[in-house]
Amino acid sequence: MSAPALSAGRALRLAALSAAALVTVAPYLWMVSVASKPRDEIFSSSLRLLPHRWALLDNLREAFHRVPIGTLLINGAVVCGAILVIQVAVAIPCAYAMAKLRFGAARLMMGLVLLGLLVPIHATALPLYVAFRRLDLVNTYTGLVAPFSVSVFGIFLFLQFFRALPDDLLDAARLDGMSEAGIVARVVVPNSWPAVTAFAIFSVVAHWNDLFWPLIVVTDNRVATPPLGLFAFRAAESGSDYGALMAATLVITLPLVLAFLFAQRRFVEGITMTGLK
Amino acid sequence: MSAFALRDIAKAHGAQAVLKGVTIEAAEGEFIALVGPSGCGKSTLLRIAAGLDRPDAGTVSMSGRDVTAVPAAGRDVAMVFQSYALYPHLTAGQNIAVPLAMRELSGAQRMPLLGPLVPGGRARRADIARRVAATAASLRIDGLLDRKPGQMSGGQRQRVALARAMVRQPGAFLMDEPLSNLDANLRVHARGEIVELHRRAGVPTLYVTHDQAEALSMADRVAVMIGGTLLQIGTPQAIYDDPAHVEVARFVGNPRINLLPGRLAADGAAVLAPAAPQEAGPGSVTLGIRPEALGLRACGPEVAAAAVSRLEFLGSEVLVFVRLAGSGEEAVAKMSPAAAAGLRPGCPVALAPAPGAALAFAADGARLPAPAPARIAAGAGR
Ligand SMILES: Nc1ncnc2c1ncn2[C@@H]1O[C@H](COP(=O)(O)OP(=O)(O)OP(=O)(O)O)[C@@H](O)[C@H]1O
Ligand SMILES: [Mg+2]
Repeated sequence: MSAPALSAGRALRLAALSAAALVTVAPYLWMVSVASKPRDEIFSSSLRLLPHRWALLDNLREAFHRVPIGTLLINGAVVCGAILVIQVAVAIPCAYAMAKLRFGAARLMMGLVLLGLLVPIHATALPLYVAFRRLDLVNTYTGLVAPFSVSVFGIFLFLQFFRALPDDLLDAARLDGMSEAGIVARVVVPNSWPAVTAFAIFSVVAHWNDLFWPLIVVTDNRVATPPLGLFAFRAAESGSDYGALMAATLVITLPLVLAFLFAQRRFVEGITMTGLK
Repeated sequence: MSAFALRDIAKAHGAQAVLKGVTIEAAEGEFIALVGPSGCGKSTLLRIAAGLDRPDAGTVSMSGRDVTAVPAAGRDVAMVFQSYALYPHLTAGQNIAVPLAMRELSGAQRMPLLGPLVPGGRARRADIARRVAATAASLRIDGLLDRKPGQMSGGQRQRVALARAMVRQPGAFLMDEPLSNLDANLRVHARGEIVELHRRAGVPTLYVTHDQAEALSMADRVAVMIGGTLLQIGTPQAIYDDPAHVEVARFVGNPRINLLPGRLAADGAAVLAPAAPQEAGPGSVTLGIRPEALGLRACGPEVAAAAVSRLEFLGSEVLVFVRLAGSGEEAVAKMSPAAAAGLRPGCPVALAPAPGAALAFAADGARLPAPAPARIAAGAGR
């Protein structure tokens, strides 16, 4: 036989993994299912995954009609992109300095990072909101992005990764004539793609799906992010049009799903590449 | 004016004094091997020479210019690391080109896609590519230029690291045990190659190793450092024949020098007293005798100072290990197979050092003036 025999242990492992995967993906499948059903089928008492009559297009049309999904997606992309770029640009040099340079305040900074990890946005939201009001940053992209420009989690993640880079490599770069900034750009970052990719996934998913902060700082639909748009949708008077709601949700989660499927390949590649070293 | 000089370098890590005032001056084109046991501070000194660390005291100068405060990027030195430290994300060719690109291209010219479009960029890049190819050819790695470090063997990586250091003409070469990750055969071969490369480049070189044979065979001068102190610096011959300190004598030479208790007789002769009682009187010294100068004479049991404990046959020569009768210490003699023909384990022998072969060291390890030919105080103290 060409295929390796499916031993009992292997079969069991596969079964357990499949079950876990199914549980995880079930709500998403249900969402797709509801998005494809006409209203009467959604509220019927029988439990069916596939609709009798496909109404996905109707639901989509309804969703696009009710909320400016295009604007929401653009806002989401702009906000998440800006957050990611700023976070990476801040966290990488910071983590590099803490991991590889010896300076007096290193211990203090490490303490601050750990402290930062412990304080959630919910604790600082109110003072931030007050300050942003004063600064007239409410209902602006800046207001959505600014609180997240320093990602303590990112610093921590990169710190762990950079610590594993051999010191000799950085010393070799110094002898080759690179400045510290040059080392970060030419040696550290190119060798840290797995960490950057992993962080990008965490960051984008978190901020694409974030409802808490946009809800506080945005009241204007023109800068609303996707979850905020859906929220407004749900609260809208009609209330019970779940088909359209799910269709809108589908459209809004689609970019994330696609982005993940795309990044996953690089992610796995990166991990195997570093594993080989 | 020396091409490269480290003067009175001191460095402490925390409370531990790692370097205690080390001075090494290299002349133009000189190859100096810095040798010493593990942990004696060789890498620390090399890092200071490279500008990667600052000394607590002392100065570093190149071509008469004081560069103590100049960081690594501004010093004109190239270094080969024990781990090679190749950039994992770049091919061998790109690795070799980095030092040239960093020093000879402007920021704009280095840009990935636009670089060649910047005025002068294309010509400079072509020039760099030509020099990379020439260096690679001289190290016979031209076939590997498109591979990444992960796809090369240890020996190939070592060559790429050498090429990266050699591709520009630096003010000094620093090498930190570049051969220690190679297998024994390759190492001996690479020794000759590095010496040859050095001869062609004519750049002063500081070569760190803990392998004394490597140091003796490669260097113009050998610096022996032990415990953060430079005990001696001199030609390999001087280091071997005329060690200034008992630790130098002990460290250099394989098999190790025999260090036997002895004393200085009234006539100034060193007396090898294998059976002498061990009280450290004013006249007591340590006598160092190289294995090849020890000499053994078969004799009857009544005058035997030692007995053969085992023999090691090495092909062109034989190592004869003997146990001294009185002190029970082991000594080793290196002789031709013919001379060792009659010796068997258990044979009683007398020591017969070659005239003038004994080196006398005082109790603190310092070398004493050459003693008159060593005598065997047969039966002394019995
Ligand atoms: N960053 C550091 N912090 C504290 N101690 C250090 C540091 N670097 C080196 N040392 C100490 O300094 C001493 C000399 O180290 P060094 O690396 O120079 O030794 P070496 O002669 O190169 O040894 P080896 O042959 O094993 O490479 C060692 O005792 C080591 O423990
Ligand atoms: Mg070392």
